[in-house]
Amino acid sequence: MINEATNIKEPIAVDTTVPVITIKGLYKSFGKDNAVLNGVDLTVRKGENLVVLGKSGSGKSILIKCLVGLVTADTGEIKVFGTDINTLDNNELNAIRVRIGFLFQNSALYDSMTVRENLAFPLKRHSKKLSAEEVEAAVIEALDNVGLPDAVDKMPAELSGGMRKRIGLARTLILKPEIILYDEPTTGLDTITSREISELILAIQKKNKTTSIIITHDMACAKLTGDRLVILKDGVIDAEGNYEALEKSDDEWVRSFFI
Amino acid sequence: MLISLKNIFVNAGHVTLFTGRFFKEVLRPPFEIKEFLRQCYIIGYKSLPLVAITGFIMGLVLTLQSRPTLAEFGAESWLPGMVALSLIREIAPVITALICAGKIASGIGAELGSMKVTEQIDAMEVSAINPYKYLVVTRVLATTLMIPVLVVFADAIGIYGGYVGVNIHSDLNMFRYFQQVLDSLDFLDIIPATIKTFFFGFFIGLIGCYKGFTAANGTESVGKAANEAVVAASLTIFIIDMLAVQITDLFF
Ligand SMILES: Nc1ncnc2c1ncn2[C@@H]1O[C@H](COP(=O)(O)OP(=O)(O)OP(=O)(O)O)[C@@H](O)[C@H]1O
Ligand SMILES: [Mg+2]
Repeated sequence: MINEATNIKEPIAVDTTVPVITIKGLYKSFGKDNAVLNGVDLTVRKGENLVVLGKSGSGKSILIKCLVGLVTADTGEIKVFGTDINTLDNNELNAIRVRIGFLFQNSALYDSMTVRENLAFPLKRHSKKLSAEEVEAAVIEALDNVGLPDAVDKMPAELSGGMRKRIGLARTLILKPEIILYDEPTTGLDTITSREISELILAIQKKNKTTSIIITHDMACAKLTGDRLVILKDGVIDAEGNYEALEKSDDEWVRSFFI
Repeated sequence: MLISLKNIFVNAGHVTLFTGRFFKEVLRPPFEIKEFLRQCYIIGYKSLPLVAITGFIMGLVLTLQSRPTLAEFGAESWLPGMVALSLIREIAPVITALICAGKIASGIGAELGSMKVTEQIDAMEVSAINPYKYLVVTRVLATTLMIPVLVVFADAIGIYGGYVGVNIHSDLNMFRYFQQVLDSLDFLDIIPATIKTFFFGFFIGLIGCYKGFTAANGTESVGKAANEAVVAASLTIFIIDMLAVQITDLFF
């Protein structure tokens, strides 16, 4: 089903030999006649930023939730770091989960905790050797990264939607994950902040050599951050290529994303 | 009909698994001590005023209501003992548990339900933090330990309410009153009544957590979780109470 014309190998500065995430024949449906994923095949290589496009409700969020075992797929193989996550018990799955960062579409900040506690929460539980000062330093650094150092004592309810998104991003980054799954990192942000977030995503890729999947409707973000783009349609990967190639695709439907 | 019967069994299965998981995880480190203490504070300390007011009124009203009947038989001197006995055996545990079902089970149901709906529980899960341990174990432990404390507190305030009630119509000094109360109480009155309050607490926490944890998507399910938690917890309290009476009858 891959679009012929757009399937052009582009030179990307990544180690294309090592697949970090491999998905083969992934099916997921809710109930009898609500098939969301209909056989997705996808490989994400080490150090690559993969952008996933697709209409609202096309199953993008479900796809990345399958990757971390939040949603159990009906059938299909999902390999992360070379291990099939369906075969893992809870402890083994958790060992993989700490290496993956997940930015939720709606931030999912812990309402009962301050911003500081939100960020320190995963850190304290996974890096037990850190002293209180080191945790605090890491929290401040993470907040600086997203440009919100003043929000440290606020409660999530006191933040705007865009601020929540950035705090969510800071919480995702604080464990320095090897894979980051971004679910619409720039949605609901103004153009300037969106750009800053996109640049931050790029900077993290460079600095930490992270592998990322970025779900977005924001084409500026896709253009800036994506080494490779795929489009999800009717539960399968419908088109694949870099930004320029997809923009000039023969398929009008594919082109319509770029207008 | 068949479908609803099936649902009941499926539900019972889920509740059993959920409960089983509690016993599996409660003894396994790491322990979330800070969150447990925070929950004890919220569940125990924050409920004190409510429990105090209802406890006082229960004691007072019970005294005023029983007085005419006892007076008819010329048995007014039994009043303190009788009030204390009914309070400790039955009224304080059940009323306190019902109030806590309304306040705490619904609160837990709504809190965890909204955490579920806004993906906060998923967020814990993907950062490899066990949400069951952090959210459920701490809350169930806190209710199991705090409800008995609240009941003892309600007992004490209720008995004091009885003292106030007695003194509306006659003049009995505090020392004499409490002496009569203590004379009428038996060790065996207190033990079964206390044991059942642990069960009340356990199920108040567990049902609140279960309803919240298994809430469906969408904000309306938060209200539903809170509501169902109160109904199910209240019903469970009565059932436990009935079982407790039967069992106590059998052994004492
Ligand atoms: N828990 C669920 N129960 C039933 N159906 C669900 C559930 N979760 C998701 N779906 C369905 O799966 C489909 C895909 O959902 P998903 O959240 O992945 O969409 P999306 O591509 O991320 O859309 P958006 O861009 O709006 O975020 C939707 O049509 C939705 O109805
Ligand atoms: Mg989505």
